[in-house]
Amino acid sequence: MSSIVEAVPGPVGPGILRKMSLWWGNWPLTQVAVIAAVIALFWLLGHNTAETMARIGIAPGFDFLGRPANFEIGETPIAFRAGDPYARAILAGLLNTLRAAALGCVLATILGVILGVAGLSGNLLLAALVRWYVEIVRNTPLLLQLFFWISLAKSFPSPRQALSAFGSFFLTNRGVFVPGLGFHNVSAPTVWVLAGLAIAYLAFVAWARGKRSLPARRLGLATALLVGGIVLAFPLTGAGATWELPALAGFNIRGGYNLTPEFAALLAGLVVKFSAAIAEIVRAGIQSVDRGQWEASRALGLHRGQIMRLVVLPQALRVITPLTTSSYLDLTKDSSLAVAIGYPDLVSIINTTANTTGQSLEALTMLIAIYLAINLSVSVAMNVYNRRVALRGNGRA
Amino acid sequence: MTISEVLDSRTWRSSATLQMLKIGLFGTPLNSIITMATVALLGWIVPPLVRWGVFDATWTGTSADCAAASGACWAFVGAKFRFILFAFYPPALQWRPAIVMALLLGLLIVTAQPRFWRKGLLVAWFVVVAASWILMSGTLTPPAVPSNQWGGLAVTLFVWSVCFGLATPLAILLALARRSSMGGLRVLAVAFIELMRGTPMVAILYVAMLILPMAIPNGQLIDKNVRAMIMITLFWSAYVAEVVRAGLQAIPSGQQEAATALGLGYWRTMQLIVLPQALRLVIPGMVNLAIGFLLATSLLAVIGIFDLLNAARSSATDPQWLGYYNEAYLFAALIYFLLCFGGSRYSLWLEKYLRRSERI
Repeated sequence: MSSIVEAVPGPVGPGILRKMSLWWGNWPLTQVAVIAAVIALFWLLGHNTAETMARIGIAPGFDFLGRPANFEIGETPIAFRAGDPYARAILAGLLNTLRAAALGCVLATILGVILGVAGLSGNLLLAALVRWYVEIVRNTPLLLQLFFWISLAKSFPSPRQALSAFGSFFLTNRGVFVPGLGFHNVSAPTVWVLAGLAIAYLAFVAWARGKRSLPARRLGLATALLVGGIVLAFPLTGAGATWELPALAGFNIRGGYNLTPEFAALLAGLVVKFSAAIAEIVRAGIQSVDRGQWEASRALGLHRGQIMRLVVLPQALRVITPLTTSSYLDLTKDSSLAVAIGYPDLVSIINTTANTTGQSLEALTMLIAIYLAINLSVSVAMNVYNRRVALRGNGRA
Repeated sequence: MTISEVLDSRTWRSSATLQMLKIGLFGTPLNSIITMATVALLGWIVPPLVRWGVFDATWTGTSADCAAASGACWAFVGAKFRFILFAFYPPALQWRPAIVMALLLGLLIVTAQPRFWRKGLLVAWFVVVAASWILMSGTLTPPAVPSNQWGGLAVTLFVWSVCFGLATPLAILLALARRSSMGGLRVLAVAFIELMRGTPMVAILYVAMLILPMAIPNGQLIDKNVRAMIMITLFWSAYVAEVVRAGLQAIPSGQQEAATALGLGYWRTMQLIVLPQALRLVIPGMVNLAIGFLLATSLLAVIGIFDLLNAARSSATDPQWLGYYNEAYLFAALIYFLLCFGGSRYSLWLEKYLRRSERI
């Protein structure tokens, strides 16, 4: 409404009060009454809560964050011992959640794209297999799948009798061992050099994108320079990196990366559940591109790979991206089910905090605020990406 | 038609199927390789599973029989069937949740058929939900059973249908508020919907467990089950509201303007013109949401309510039948799968049905 009024040429636009009342709309007093009722309800609930807390002798406020937390956390990316403050415990939980969610998103995307493409491969047997995988995974609860994965992870043999694949992956009851890069003597200069390389690379790509001239060859050259730089940076700054294979040493397996049974189960559950969702999204996205596009591209003499890369995928991505975004957000939220299988994620730490301090209102408020912040930032980032995909499509059309 | 003609047509049809299979499985060299690899993969995975689940399995008997065999113990499922359906509901009164389950499933089957979509169905929902509550709690037919003894599949179906049924009217109000020209209510609706949709359901359940008892006067007296249902209803209403909003957005504004021109007020316009069209559009979306919600009720296990999943899990902690988790989970998974797979097939059929009836 207001924009129409503004568009009319004339000396006087609507005043600020008029604009506000237009925005507020019909039935102004009823709205005020409803909002007042909601505020009154929350005041009442808050009042009751404060009264209950006073009765059981808990002072409201966030002072508890600085107090020592007398519990251990099974696994943390940052050092944590019993006695460290609650704030640090919550940070450790948050990092655990982010670690599971980020790794889950990446692996679910890879598996989902493979499954989605396999479903469209034209091979009847493979397509039927993918169809059933998706149906079974989609129609059973994630929590049930997590219970299954954790009981599987705990039933693996001890390290000495570990199930191994290719001599480098080990499944044991102490977790899953995978090969990985081990770093030694990493110093501040190493980090600076690596950061500088990454920034230079990203700046070059952004600049070339901005000019809309990024031939594959130049991008390849830049990537090769980046990789070469990284490889050289380590010996030049005195650091080393080796490809470590896990191997049996004594009673345990050493080397590579160790995923605890809880983390491995959570990751397996999230990846399986969301790869099915992403496979469906990829399938829907590719099928949303009209058949005529394939036929026309073939008539122009493009081969299958070129058609996919140059014609179909750019259009399919416009369907795929927003749906995948909401899948990522769901995955992040669903990683909270970790609490049921004993992985110390944010929810699990917040729950322990609430139970040991009695400050459940503050703890849960923090929990909800953190999830809202994660959700909001991912949506914003994805919206920016979305707009770029859409613009690029229009620019080239 | 002579016999030879029948035979001819049959061989022709089967050869067409064969032809399709041939192209689909061995059409190109790559396709043949994929088929071989898939068969090899299946050959590696399926036989041990079949051996475990069928040939080496124990179908009847006691846990001693199961311990003797190396396969699955389906006798366990037979012994724990009642527990998985009703959990800790007093055994002598288990006819109550049985009737409730029958009522709710009957209601769902009736609701699924478009020819019953009338005002009477709303009344039926109200009556069945109220009757289920009265039966489960036993307020009118003593002895009363407190809701912390409810459990199993009965509680899963009960929480699901009651919360979904209560969330829908709330969601319609939220969606209307979000679409309205009233700034204050719009902000309120957006804030509520985004808050709920940005929060994991586990966090909402913890609010029901930890905050509600403090916030409601005498909140400790309200059962865990009821508290969880209050919060789940609020939580789901945000999701339903977004689906309803999509339907409202699809109705051309001319409809509302025409209704206003005819002298209808806001509520009558919505009730008679806009909502009937909008809700019809979003029915398939609602069915999909309902399937997701049924799976989500399994989160009740996290706060220690004995829903289907938790009942299945704890049935394997019985000292007599210790550790048959795989069988318990598979049985629970089968129930969830049948309900949800049936639901998603139904949703596909419904979409086609609605599109067809639109065209006529």
